[in-house]
Amino acid sequence: MSTISKDDVLKLAKLARLNLTELEVEKYQKELASIFEYVEKLQAVDTEGIEPTYQVNGLNNSTRNDEIVDYKTSKKDLLKNVPKTEGSLIKVERMIG
Amino acid sequence: MSVSSSTWLSIDLIIKGVIDASSTAEANVEKALRLIDEKKEFNAVIASIPERALARAREIDQNIAAGKKPGRLAGVPFIAKDNFLVFGAATTAASNILRGFDAPYQSSAVEKLEAEGAICVAKANLDAFAHGGSTENSDFGTTLNPHDPTRVPGGSSGGSAASVALGLTPFALGTDTGGSCREPASFSGCIGYKPTYGLISRYGVIAMASSTDVVGLLARNSRETALLLDILAGKDVHDSTIVERAESYMITNSAKSLRVGVIKEFMGSGLNDDVRKAIDIGITKIKAAGNEVVEVSMPSLELALAAYYIIVPAEISSNLSRYDGQRFGFSAPDSGGLEQSYMTSRGVGFGAEAKRRIMIGTYVLSSGYYDAYYKKAAKLRTKIIQEFDEVFKNVDILVGPTAPQTAPKIGEFSDDPLSMYLLDIMTVPVNLAGVPAISVPCGMANNMPVGIQMIAPMHKDKELLEFANSFEG
Repeated sequence: MSTISKDDVLKLAKLARLNLTELEVEKYQKELASIFEYVEKLQAVDTEGIEPTYQVNGLNNSTRNDEIVDYKTSKKDLLKNVPKTEGSLIKVERMIG
Repeated sequence: MSVSSSTWLSIDLIIKGVIDASSTAEANVEKALRLIDEKKEFNAVIASIPERALARAREIDQNIAAGKKPGRLAGVPFIAKDNFLVFGAATTAASNILRGFDAPYQSSAVEKLEAEGAICVAKANLDAFAHGGSTENSDFGTTLNPHDPTRVPGGSSGGSAASVALGLTPFALGTDTGGSCREPASFSGCIGYKPTYGLISRYGVIAMASSTDVVGLLARNSRETALLLDILAGKDVHDSTIVERAESYMITNSAKSLRVGVIKEFMGSGLNDDVRKAIDIGITKIKAAGNEVVEVSMPSLELALAAYYIIVPAEISSNLSRYDGQRFGFSAPDSGGLEQSYMTSRGVGFGAEAKRRIMIGTYVLSSGYYDAYYKKAAKLRTKIIQEFDEVFKNVDILVGPTAPQTAPKIGEFSDDPLSMYLLDIMTVPVNLAGVPAISVPCGMANNMPVGIQMIAPMHKDKELLEFANSFEG
């Protein structure tokens, strides 16, 4: 599938939690269509019997000793970039109406 | 001419000066800050870190005067791409959504350099979140190419590459997810090195695509690149993706004659003719140095870009989901509920390219398309890796151009993201396979720099840097 409708763009934007302007919707409709058309060429490749690769250096479940590591970062520092706080808590928008 | 590689002595001599007190770390930092100011119009730097850098320099000078053992980079200034967490200035990833972000801790790479006495003096411009190949996607304005201000410096580490090419500092930190150190190095005229995946800690570096992201270097030559790698490589308790390092990466001048493969597919019709001429001269030089040069074919590489533009946006959409406007970064005021706050904070905070990639990633990961796109691309990735494994049975090093052309004009691809993506066609296969590669200056084409790309098998970073060093001569 390489044609993308306006509704497809809006649906993607909704899934990705992105408000888009009317102009952006039009722009992305065109651009995404050309990008999907380009990547479409993968479909023609025979990958029968080939396992997918998600990690390239073969590491698997790297573990460390179960010891407390001092990250040398204070709670105050970790909270300094939070838009809204109350005491040492992160204050978010209301979730239930 | 704005390009200057002679503003700084070699790193060895800079350190020697600081140690024998013929110079000082403070004077080096002052000089770097002055150069940054003088070359402001290139917009290579987003922010300087004068207070912290000068304070650190004075401390280093005092320690040396007090007879303490100097570090291996004592008093050497450097610039970090603005996706590294650094104290003393905001860390923005050149994005509006992180404007003003004040790092609560520093990236391990910066910590390791600082532990050896290096001093971070500024943050370099980039394509926002490292999405791009030109720095035009920066929310802080485009960086200009040091050789021609009407052209882009490449990207995404364009500010870092331009900084080194302009001689602002002897080296700069970059990141390379699909070519973001090598391509700007090729366009701006310096070394761009991408290590083996997992060789340098990524702790404190803003994530783009976790299965291909690496910390890389922009530098003046491979000898200094090797010294920096020797300091940066290896274990970090904060990063569980680190691989075993070699005992040393220092260049010992033992350049052997190697079997070198020229990638046939990279020399094909998509390659600009003047770039081809420059690369041919480079290949002749490799032969003349006593290496055996053979042509090799890697037919899967032409599919790498399509696989890359599925896998990487998928990982981007996942990594960027943490920008929710609640915990850090831009937060839309009074947006009417949590859902709307997410939508507006992200819709306003992210730039066009981030939104484009988030949507591509969301699409290829969505149910019904996952197998056809994401899983298919992951299988293609296996094919590409197998092809590298196969070809490295017969050759020690692969060479070819770093990019199909020299630096484009600013705005040349602004309405055509796909053409911009095609600039990465020769660099992305390396990231998908995780192998190390380097772009080394290789002459000029129409007065713009050309880079020759050298690629080695996984973990052969030392051999790669030694080969590059012998090429530089």
